[in-house]
Amino acid sequence: MNNKRRSLVKNNAFQSIVASLICIVLGLVLGFIVLLIIKPSGAVGGITALLRSYFKYQDAKHVLELFTQTMVKAVPLIMCSLSILFCYKVGLFNIGAAGQYCIGIGIAIYAAIAWKLPWWLCMLMALAGGAILGCIVGLLKAYRNVNEVISGIMLNWMSLYVVNIMLKTVKQPNISETRNIPFNSRIPSLGLDKLLGNKYASIAIPLVIVIAVGIYILLEKTRFGYELKATGFNKHAAKYAGMAEKRNIIVTLAIGGALAGLGAAMFYLTNFQHWETEAATVPAMGFNGIAAAFLGGLNPIGCIFSSFFIQHITEGGAYIDNMTYAPQMSDLIFAIIIYLCSFVLFIKSVMNRSMAKNEKKRAALAGIDSVPGTGAALVADPPSDQDASADEPETPPLSEDGKGGDE
Amino acid sequence: MEQQYAVEMLHITKRFPGIIANDDITLQLKKGEIHALLGENGAGKSTLMSVLFGLYQPEEGEIRMNGQPVRIKDPNDANALGIGMVHQHFKLVECFTVLENIMLGVEPNKAGFLLKGEAREKITELSERYGLYVDLDALIEDITVGMQQRTEILKMLYRENDILIFDEPTAVLTPQEITELMQIMRNLAAEGKSILFISHKLNEIMEVADRCSVLRKGKYIGTVEVKDTTKEELSRMMVGRDVEFTVAKKDAEPGEVLLEVRDLYVKSRVHDSDAVRGVSFDVRRGEIVCIAGIDGNGQTELIYGLTGLEPVRGGSIIYEGTDVTHYSIRKRITSGWSHIPEDRHKHGLVLDYPLDYNMVLQRYFEPEFTKGGMLRKGNIRAYSDELIEKYDVRSGQGSATPARSMSGGNQQKAIVARELDRDSDLIIAVQPTRGLDVGAIENIHRQLVAQRDAGRAVLLVSLELEEVMSLSDRILVMYEGEIVGELDPKKTTVEELGLYMAGAKKNMGTALGEPDPDVSPDTTEGQEAGSNE
Repeated sequence: MNNKRRSLVKNNAFQSIVASLICIVLGLVLGFIVLLIIKPSGAVGGITALLRSYFKYQDAKHVLELFTQTMVKAVPLIMCSLSILFCYKVGLFNIGAAGQYCIGIGIAIYAAIAWKLPWWLCMLMALAGGAILGCIVGLLKAYRNVNEVISGIMLNWMSLYVVNIMLKTVKQPNISETRNIPFNSRIPSLGLDKLLGNKYASIAIPLVIVIAVGIYILLEKTRFGYELKATGFNKHAAKYAGMAEKRNIIVTLAIGGALAGLGAAMFYLTNFQHWETEAATVPAMGFNGIAAAFLGGLNPIGCIFSSFFIQHITEGGAYIDNMTYAPQMSDLIFAIIIYLCSFVLFIKSVMNRSMAKNEKKRAALAGIDSVPGTGAALVADPPSDQDASADEPETPPLSEDGKGGDE
Repeated sequence: MEQQYAVEMLHITKRFPGIIANDDITLQLKKGEIHALLGENGAGKSTLMSVLFGLYQPEEGEIRMNGQPVRIKDPNDANALGIGMVHQHFKLVECFTVLENIMLGVEPNKAGFLLKGEAREKITELSERYGLYVDLDALIEDITVGMQQRTEILKMLYRENDILIFDEPTAVLTPQEITELMQIMRNLAAEGKSILFISHKLNEIMEVADRCSVLRKGKYIGTVEVKDTTKEELSRMMVGRDVEFTVAKKDAEPGEVLLEVRDLYVKSRVHDSDAVRGVSFDVRRGEIVCIAGIDGNGQTELIYGLTGLEPVRGGSIIYEGTDVTHYSIRKRITSGWSHIPEDRHKHGLVLDYPLDYNMVLQRYFEPEFTKGGMLRKGNIRAYSDELIEKYDVRSGQGSATPARSMSGGNQQKAIVARELDRDSDLIIAVQPTRGLDVGAIENIHRQLVAQRDAGRAVLLVSLELEEVMSLSDRILVMYEGEIVGELDPKKTTVEELGLYMAGAKKNMGTALGEPDPDVSPDTTEGQEAGSNE
C-alpha cells in the first residue's frame, strides 16, 4: 500500500494538479505581501475580496448569475489556452493566438452584423480566419524557418488594425463600439440561459468542454497526435521516420489558429461584449491563454479549470476596495499569480527531484531490494546522459516542458 | 615512506534509483603509470570517474590522494587537487583559438587585461616538452579532431594537473592519430603524470597500459598487470564469458543487385560545396558492403542523400530497378529500407516518448497499430514487449520506460531491434556499434550477418577498422567525398586500408562509376594503382 501511495505521488496528472495549486498559493502569498507593504491594514480584506469575488453576495440567484458570467468569459480563455497548449505539445509557441483570436472577433462580428449570417456560419468563418492566420505562421516556419514567435507577434498587430478598420463599418453611430449582434447570429442557449440564470449563457459552454476533451483525445489517443507530438519532441526523428514534419508544423499552427479564432466567435457571438474599434492593443485573451495553459499543467482538461480560475480572480479584482488600494491593484495581484503560474513545470521538476532523493535515501537504508522494479534494472546502467558525458549529469529544470532536449 | 599511489578510490559505492552503479569498487592509481579502466557500457566506468571528478558523491567509500583522505565536492575541488579529464566529446569553444581555449578559466591577467604572451610561452614550452604540436593561433573549428584532442591535453597540462583521465580518447581518431596519442601518453607517464585510460578497446589497452582494472555491471572484477595478461583474458573479465573477436560467417553469396547508386552528389552539412562528389556503387543481396573512411569524409551526407534526409544535388539512386532518387522517406521505408542512423539521439529515437512508442516509429500507421485513426496501444505495447524480449533490450520499466532514461547501449539495441525486425530488404547501418561494448557488438554483428545470409543487402558505414575488416564482404573507402578504393577485406591489411582512408592511396576500380554490375569486385583489388606520396 506504500507502493500505491508512491505511485499516486508519481502520477503525472496528480503532480500537475499539486504543482498548479502550489503556484496559486505562492501567488496569493506574494500578492498578500505586496498588499501588506502598500497598506497593512487593508491587506486581509483585499485578498479575501479577491478570492471571494462575487461569492460575497447573499443572494444565491445573483451569485449564480455572476458565476455563469465568469463561465461565459472563461470560454474564450479556454479556447486560447487550448490553442497555446496544442501547439506547445508539437514544440511550437503560438504567441500568435492573440492575433488569431483578434481576427476571429473581426470576422465573427462582421459576418453577423454586416451579412446577418446564422451563428454557426459566423463561427465557422471565424474558425477559418484563425486557421488561415495560423497557416501563414506555419508556412513561414516550415519552409523558411521563420521563428513562429516573431511572425506571430507581427501578425498580431496586423490583425488588430485590420479588425479595427473592418469593424468601423459596423459600429454604432457616435461611439466607437460595434453594434449589437443580431439575434439570428447569436449562439443559441437552448434553455441554458434560464438554467444558469444568465442571459449570455449559451451552448458555447458545453461546446468548449467537448472541444477540450476532443483535443485531449486527439493528442493522446490518435495516430495524428502521435505524429504531431513526435514532430514536436524531435523533428529530426520524425523526418527520419518518414513523417511529413513540414506538413505537421503547418497543420498544427492552423489548428491552433482555428481554436483561437473559434474561441473569439464563441464569446463575441453571445453579444456579451462589443468590440472597441479604437482599440490600440491586441486583446489580452491570447496572452492569458499562455498562463492558463501552463497553470492547467498543459493538459486540455486542466485548462478548463485553470481558465475558470483565472477568470474568477480577474472578476474578484473588481471587489478590492478602491478606497484602500489603487484600482490597478487587482491587475497587479492577478499578474503576480499569472506570473507564478508559469512556474508549474519548475515546481514539478523540483518535486520530482526531491522525491528521487528521498527514494535514494530509502534505497540506501533498506538495501536495494526494496526499490520497486529493480528486477531488470539491476543490470541496466545509469541513464545515458551520464554515460555520454560525465560532467553534464543534471537535466535542466524545464526539460519536461515537452520540447525535448533537441535543439 | 613515499606513497606509492597518486590516487586511491577505496570501496566506492554509488547508487542510483533502481541501480547500483558502483558496488564496492577499489581503484588504485600508481604515480607515473598508465592505468586502464575497462568495462562494458553501463559497467560503471563513467560513474566512477564522475565520483572522482566530484560530480557525484559516493554513498560509501573514500578517496585518497597521496595517502591523505580527500573530499571532492565538485569539479573545482578536483581541479585544485590536480585532476584533469579529456572528455569523449571535447569541451572546446569552437570560435576561439587554441591558445584562448587552453587558458580559458585560468587566464593570466593584469588588472583584468589578458597577458596572452605569458600563456603562449608556457604552452609552447609544454607542447615541446611532451611532443604535443598544435597551432596556437588556429581556430578550433578549423583544426582536426586529433589536434583538438591535443588542445584538451594541453589544457590539463597548463593547469598543472598530475592525474590525467582520458575518457575513450581514441574513438574519434584515425589509426595514425591513435599511434601518436599512444606515444603522447607514454611521454606523459614518463614525465611522472599518472594516467587513467578509460576504454573498451582491448588492443589499445594491451599496447599502452601498465595495469588494467576491470568493472562489470557495477562490480569490481580485478586489476591485472597488462604484460601478464592477454586480450582474451581481459575480455573474459569484462564480459564474464568468452567472446569471439572475429565474426563467424560464411563466404558471401551475392545475389542480384538491389541498390545502384550512380554519380551521386550531396551538399555538405557545414558548408555550401558538395560533401559527396560523384559517388557510384552497387549493393547486392546477400552481401555486406562497408563504406570505410575517417569521420567527415562525406559518409554522413552520403547516407543522408540515400535515405532522403537531405535532397541530392545530382545523380540517381536505383532500387530494385526503380529510380527512387526523389522518393519520400516514407516511401523508401515502405519499399523495404531499414536505417540504423548514425546519431541515435537526433534521428533514432524520440527521447521523450516511451520505449514502446519508439519501437513503432515507422510502423505506427500500419493497421496493426492504428485503427480508424486511433492508436491501438495494446498492440503497440505487445509488439514492443516482444522486441524487448527477442533483442534483450534492458530498461527500468520495460516498454513504458522513457527512451531518455535508458543507457546508450540499450537505446542502440532498441533501434537495432526496431530496424532489423521490419524484415527490410536493404539495411543501411551507420556505425551500428558505436559506443557499445564487445558483448553487444558481437551480438549486433551476428545479427547483421544473419540478415545478409537471409539474402538481404547490408550497407554498413563504419569508422572502426576492426569492424570494417571483420564484418564486410566488400570495402569501399571514402575520402573527401569520393570513393577512392574498393578493397576485398580478405586480401588487404589494416595498414593498407589506413593509407586509403588518409588519402595517400587511390584505386578507382573498374566497377566504380560504371553501370555494368557484372564486373566482379575482385578485379579491383588495387595494390598497383595507388599513387603513393
